[in-house]
Amino acid sequence: MNSFYKKNGPVIATFFLVAIIFWLVFLIVIPQLYMLDLSFRPNLPPLLRGGPDDVYTLTHYKHFLYGSETSKDAYNYVDIGVFFDTIITAVLVTIINLCFCYPIAFYIAKLATPNTARLLVLALVIPFWINELLRSFAIRILFAGEGVINNILLELGLISTAVNFIALDIALYTGLTYAYILLMIFPLYNALETLDTNQLEAAKDLGSSTVRTHWRIVIPHAKAGIASGCTMVFMLTAGALATPVVLSSPNTYWFTQLIYQWFNMNDNWSRGSAYSIILLVVSVTFVLLMMRLFKVTIGEVVR
Amino acid sequence: MSAEVELQNVSIAFGNFYAAKNVNVKIGAGEFFSFLGPSGCGKTTLLRAVSGFLEPSQGKVLIDGQDMAGIGPNKRPTSLIFQNLALFPLMSVADNIAFSLEVRGHDKVSRRERADELLDLVALNGQGDKKVHELSGGQKQRVAIARALAVEPKVLLLDEPLSALDLKLRQKMRTELRAIQQRVGITFIYITHDQGEALTMSDRVGVMNEGELEQVGSCYDVYEAPCTPFVATFVGENNAFYGKVEKVEGGKVKVQTGGSSFIGQAGLGLDKKNYKFKAGDEVIMFVRPEAISLKGSSKKAQNSFSAEIKTIEFEGNLKNIFLRSKEGVDIRFSVPSSTDTSGMAPSKNVSLSFSQDNAVVLPTGALALD
Amino acid sequence: MRPNLAIQAFLGLYIFIFFLYLFGPLVIMSVTAFNSAEFPAITPWECFSFRWFNEGKIAYDGQRLAGLVTDRPLHEGIVTSLIIAAGVVTLSVPIGMAAAIVLTQVNSRLRTLFYSMSIMPVLFPGVIIGISTVVLWDRIATLGGDGFISELGRNGIFLTILGQTCFISTYCFLIFVARLQRFDTTQEEAALDLGASQSQVFMKILVPYLMPAIGSSAVIAFLASFENYNTTVFSILSEQTLTTVIASKVRLGISPAISALALVIICLTLIGAFFYEISRRSNQRKKGP
Repeated sequence: MNSFYKKNGPVIATFFLVAIIFWLVFLIVIPQLYMLDLSFRPNLPPLLRGGPDDVYTLTHYKHFLYGSETSKDAYNYVDIGVFFDTIITAVLVTIINLCFCYPIAFYIAKLATPNTARLLVLALVIPFWINELLRSFAIRILFAGEGVINNILLELGLISTAVNFIALDIALYTGLTYAYILLMIFPLYNALETLDTNQLEAAKDLGSSTVRTHWRIVIPHAKAGIASGCTMVFMLTAGALATPVVLSSPNTYWFTQLIYQWFNMNDNWSRGSAYSIILLVVSVTFVLLMMRLFKVTIGEVVR
Repeated sequence: MSAEVELQNVSIAFGNFYAAKNVNVKIGAGEFFSFLGPSGCGKTTLLRAVSGFLEPSQGKVLIDGQDMAGIGPNKRPTSLIFQNLALFPLMSVADNIAFSLEVRGHDKVSRRERADELLDLVALNGQGDKKVHELSGGQKQRVAIARALAVEPKVLLLDEPLSALDLKLRQKMRTELRAIQQRVGITFIYITHDQGEALTMSDRVGVMNEGELEQVGSCYDVYEAPCTPFVATFVGENNAFYGKVEKVEGGKVKVQTGGSSFIGQAGLGLDKKNYKFKAGDEVIMFVRPEAISLKGSSKKAQNSFSAEIKTIEFEGNLKNIFLRSKEGVDIRFSVPSSTDTSGMAPSKNVSLSFSQDNAVVLPTGALALD
Repeated sequence: MRPNLAIQAFLGLYIFIFFLYLFGPLVIMSVTAFNSAEFPAITPWECFSFRWFNEGKIAYDGQRLAGLVTDRPLHEGIVTSLIIAAGVVTLSVPIGMAAAIVLTQVNSRLRTLFYSMSIMPVLFPGVIIGISTVVLWDRIATLGGDGFISELGRNGIFLTILGQTCFISTYCFLIFVARLQRFDTTQEEAALDLGASQSQVFMKILVPYLMPAIGSSAVIAFLASFENYNTTVFSILSEQTLTTVIASKVRLGISPAISALALVIICLTLIGAFFYEISRRSNQRKKGP
């Protein structure tokens, strides 16, 4: 500590210390710890908090699993259903995203000329400067009852009545895939760019088919990028709020929307915290899993 | 205004590794002193200790008699010229030079005046408004020097400043640096691995090896009277004859080496006294290449031997002749290119001789690696 | 590596479809902004009109659908967003800079821990950050009794600034770390040697070097704050930002005014991208050989 102060001079060192402690402790660690703590407490009105009734309890987590005491079901099928729905959808969206973005990333990294590559990159980035809500909204217009897609299909005679894409979740899937393309492409692109093109040519020279070249050479090299992209997409999809708000139907519900409901509509902050913790745990577990599976470090994951 | 710098028993350790061990030297005010040694010998570490970026693990650094312990680099009366010059790329040349005045709060006008003065001193008149990257290597050197001199330090420390320049420029800068030092009159402490630089510029040289100061002396002393085999072979070229002392007689030492016996002088130790040898001591006799001549060409050459020529090298103004004696000792000597060497060719045997005054006998030890 | 013709054709088609997917919805949405019909659509096409940019329309069921210029809540939302963005930039840029500089100064064991902690916020879902900020400060506000603390702790703007700063500082941090990696530390030593105090070294040598990073992290921080929804929607409490206004519009009812807004944003984005590319090219030329 002394050498720290000596190196930076008292003024600057104090500034550094204050800024960092403020950020790491007050903005990151303490709020999460408090939320964790709150998730274990009963839902008391503000004035009763800290009082005699404020004991540690697992009621909220129990509620997630088993439902309220008045329900006759063995488990809380609604909430658990929503939870698994969200996770599974997120996984599917991640996989679809990966397959969808891989060719483009490969093309830009390896096959395109430098100028084309830059233009393509710019073209990719532009839609993402537009708010996620508005982009999802655009998808909604497309898929609406009187939307463009339905009209085209009707014209072509492929269907006789308008398809309710929204209720079928097709809109949601499309919207979610759409939302995070950039976050899959860029890690992939970065990883693929470092691949020595000579390796590809050598493989071709030795008689390898395109598929095999990709499977045995390109993909292992791009491991870190794949891990990074999948992690980011999964996390953002599982924790998404904007797109589900715009594109979900009454049938589908997103876990984050459930959290929102507990918070703002039922005013049960403790329960909302508990559900948040569940989401957080899943998120972090996934990240750690990916890191372990693909053997990457945390620094490589974040852009 | 210049200051004398003294290192008292300075040792600098990093964990278990000693970069400098027990260095003792007193550098006089206004002196041009060079630390000479191979890479990794500890000279840069010593320089950083004098400038204040390192505190010695043991011993003291004194400037003008004052202990510098705990005094940071910004408070010492020293200026350091870094090996990579560390000029500020975002500032103009004049702003670079006047930086030390700027941080002391001098006003713009006086800063500019002083910058122009210094640009004059280093022969860069009118270049003040240029940006650093627009200058050549030699010009950047001079900006670095001007910047370091701006606040009139008492001691200027230079960390191998010429190593990045090409040969001709290096030679030119050597002369200029020496001239600047004599004009300004402050103490220069210069570190380098190039002995040509050290010898041409310095008043005195300190030869370092693996953290230890092996010898301090004038350029002549370090060359003609080396104290250790390392110094003998690091500074200039030298021929080394390993052998045993036969007898010691009246200041001369007779050494049995290979099949021959040579007579030479006992070398001087660090205490400036001749080494005291006795029969049977393991020693090395050093003879400079220029002290070797063809037998018969000089009357005073009492020691003689014969050797087979291996190669003859043409180096411009000199011809270097590499030989091997029958005992397997590698020998080299040089003659001016104008000398007639038509009689010499590889695998021919020649007889060579040297005077006993030019042969220095030292206790055996490690040589400087090639 | 030139793949054979079949693969090239496939790639070409693929890229075309990809970008169609990317831009198609946006183009269509932009077109619907000009359709005077109440529901954003291309068919049926009522008539070409600018009304959604201006005064809006009274719907057949009596509901007032506002156009952009007349939409009060939208304007207030924009102002709130700007205030929040300004606050976030003011906090995140210095925090990111401090953290990046300190990262270079700690030993390697502490460094990994420090780096991991600094990256963490990006791995939390945005909603979690918003929620945790709100619950913490609600508690602080309750404990603070009546007065400034309790008002502050329930102020949507204050909470949103804090919540967003949490993870936007990480973005700034990463930008500064990248810039610092190529910094020549002997310059700091040279400045010290010439007599500068540590504060002077910081202000005269380090900060000028970091200027490009300060600029770009400020821009990134501003944009990230402006368009943030997940965190903001929880922490904003009773206030509204641009994104929450848009979200509530979308939820309550669809109107082409949103398409109009989207088109405005798209145009601004394109103009921004255009100027960015121009300035980048001219910088490239200035740097020269």
